[in-house]
Amino acid sequence: MTLRHSREAAYSGQAGLPTWVRFAAPVVVGILLIALWVLVVDVLKIAPRMVPGPAAIGTELALRIGIIRDDMLITGANAFIGLLAGALLGIVLAGFAAAARPIDGMFAPLVAALAVVPIVALTPILNTMFGASSQFGRQAVAAIAAFIPVYINVLRGLRQTRPVHRDLLRASGATGWQTFRKLTLPTALPYLLTGVRIAASLAVISALVAEYFGGPADGIGTAIATYAKSGRAALAWAYVAGAIAIGLLFFLVTSLLERLVTRRSPV
Amino acid sequence: MTAIDTATTTPTIPAVKASGVGKTFPTKGGDVVALTGVELEVAAGEFVSLIGPSGCGKSTLLRLIADLDEASTGILEIFGKPARKARLDQDYGIAFQQSGLLPWRSVGANIALPLELHGVSAADRSARVSELAELVGLTDFVDRYPDQLSGGMQQRVAIARALAEHPRLLLMDEPFGALDEMTREYLQSELARIAAETGAAVVFVTHSIPEAVFLSDRVVVMSPRPGRITDVIETGLGTNRAEALRESPEYFAKVTEVREALHGAPVERANER
Amino acid sequence: MRRWTAVAWGAAGILAVAVAWELYKFLGPADGFVVGAIAGETGSGVMLLPRTHDRAMPHLWDMVARLFESTSGGDTPPLIVSVASAALLTLGIAAVGWLIGVAVGMLLGLAMQRWRLVEWGLLPWIVVSQTVPLIAFAPVVNVIGNQIDRGGFPWPQWVSVAVIASYLAFFPVAIGALKGLGSPDRIHLDLMRSYAAGYRSTLLRLRLPAAVPYLLPALRLAAANAVVGAVVAEVSIGMRGGIGRMLIQLAGQGSSDPAAPWGPTFGSIALGLVAAGSVALVGLGLRRYRRGEATA
Repeated sequence: MTLRHSREAAYSGQAGLPTWVRFAAPVVVGILLIALWVLVVDVLKIAPRMVPGPAAIGTELALRIGIIRDDMLITGANAFIGLLAGALLGIVLAGFAAAARPIDGMFAPLVAALAVVPIVALTPILNTMFGASSQFGRQAVAAIAAFIPVYINVLRGLRQTRPVHRDLLRASGATGWQTFRKLTLPTALPYLLTGVRIAASLAVISALVAEYFGGPADGIGTAIATYAKSGRAALAWAYVAGAIAIGLLFFLVTSLLERLVTRRSPV
Repeated sequence: MTAIDTATTTPTIPAVKASGVGKTFPTKGGDVVALTGVELEVAAGEFVSLIGPSGCGKSTLLRLIADLDEASTGILEIFGKPARKARLDQDYGIAFQQSGLLPWRSVGANIALPLELHGVSAADRSARVSELAELVGLTDFVDRYPDQLSGGMQQRVAIARALAEHPRLLLMDEPFGALDEMTREYLQSELARIAAETGAAVVFVTHSIPEAVFLSDRVVVMSPRPGRITDVIETGLGTNRAEALRESPEYFAKVTEVREALHGAPVERANER
Repeated sequence: MRRWTAVAWGAAGILAVAVAWELYKFLGPADGFVVGAIAGETGSGVMLLPRTHDRAMPHLWDMVARLFESTSGGDTPPLIVSVASAALLTLGIAAVGWLIGVAVGMLLGLAMQRWRLVEWGLLPWIVVSQTVPLIAFAPVVNVIGNQIDRGGFPWPQWVSVAVIASYLAFFPVAIGALKGLGSPDRIHLDLMRSYAAGYRSTLLRLRLPAAVPYLLPALRLAAANAVVGAVVAEVSIGMRGGIGRMLIQLAGQGSSDPAAPWGPTFGSIALGLVAAGSVALVGLGLRRYRRGEATA
């Protein structure tokens, strides 16, 4: 056994790269990208006018942090509500689908179709249904987008219990509820968190993109479109930075949750 | 094996010659000596088994011979050349415990893979494939895909593939380890026949004593921590490896001898697992 | 037989959605259900149930009937024809974006698989690039494109749309290629080494075929993403002729012609299905390379 381990170790070391390189490499790439950016924009001045340098964006960001934060809150809240609603819906429906084959059969093609359909295209219609002054259309789009990966992953997770474990619980005379509590739920939990992690990014992107399709005149996406059209490049990019911040926040928090849960129950 | 006949025009170069071969794997907890001080010579056409408990380095030794890993110390020559050169020259064929067939290729295309890689023409390839398919008794299955075959049949395809380029040396790493006993005995007889027909030397890794005795001219007994050769036993069972041999007293005697050599190995818990 | 049962269940699912729509429209409150509304202030409060009057939720048969009426009165062609031609334009742009994305993704995947240092350096950025809504800068891409165009290098608007679509499409391909190219078993790699096969023949004979089961879902996802990217980019850029623009336009007239926006909505749904379906056809052609999935 030790031999096998050592052989694998020998193989991963074959590239001859020490471990710290793994962390240094992306940092170096990031620094190189920023250096290239500064070089093209600020030093050589060969970039199109719509591409300002990082310094210009930073200044704008610091200057307008107030209004940018307000719009970030609106888009972020839409994404969060969408994520929450979509995840809940995904869990509940996946529970039904796991319990009853016919429901699974009815949902399967709908979910498969939903997964490849541009969901943001529903925004205008949702806006008519709920009123154009409501954020609901955006939240609903985020919710539908978030629903899909959660549903798919939870359903997969609920079917992931191993026969040997099921046999073990059956042999110990466990009730259906006990089996669910002790086996099905812990097995499915990491899958749920993976689904939520994927859904988080989708919810942010959908909530933001939905703003291009009408509704109230607020939010990050609306601001980016407005300032890009009016030529205020640095401000538009500052808003893009705000959008990136929301995306990163959602990604990091959900990744952290996923890691915590996966560590506790290794599959 | 036998004394070299002076009338033979070519002097016999050993298929494998290892002197002072060792292998050390670096790990986080320090270096692990997988193999040390291996002295071994396998004559052309000879069938040699490497046997020993897990961790005795028998697979490592085979991988060194195949130049899949490089020896840390010592000299390893295959037909008188360095292992790397022998690999580049395609002097050996190899088969593993898993058949390692490519699932998207038919049986014929799997056998032809090494030929294809080395630029053999399509006509020659198909001729060689039917030859090999016949040799391993799979003529009717050339167009099937690996997932349509039983484990034993897959392993026969792997052996045919290993033989594709007429290697003078066949390296086998527990090729029958994952098969049931009946298939296993059948394939052992087949392998004995094929080895005799092709005249290739064979280095055969196994952890089954009867298998090693039944197939080999010599059984090399190894032991772990650090992996090394502790004994070499000549079976002297001759060239006829018919099924009847499995019932013969001299076969049983050799099985006992190998078993004693294995258990007598001065290593505590040599047979854990 | 099993396939037909699946189709039947799927049809039942779609039917159930249609029935739910009409049922809710019949039973639900005409002006929706709002909690926390402030009297006299439109848009206040949270609407929990949508409005069900015909302007907000047209009947299904009205949506279908509208498809065969002229697009915007007069001699204009039936809505379904306009929708189809707009969808085809968007599909074409999405296809270009898909191709660019697949090419870039494959190159990235190949490079990352070949050199560990490249993987370590790029992979975190590639992952981050997809978790941040960079599609937000679609409008910026358009303005940059216009500047390039004015600078003498022809850059029509649709190229910007394709570039944005490719940005969404490359990611699954890069990840799928990296995973798939690295998927061959140790034993297969050993075998290729024992054949003294170089990088190129190992790539062609082993890594690429082994990557097919990973690449197919990636390509399908890339197609879906390219469609989303194209539709969104059209809207945010304001490109004419595509389905996205049509959607916005007809939604603007929604109060007077409530069934009209459903035409392009159905169109974009069909668009996504056609794009993913085309990739599935590619998968059918590569069925041989998916045998490994069954036996593992």
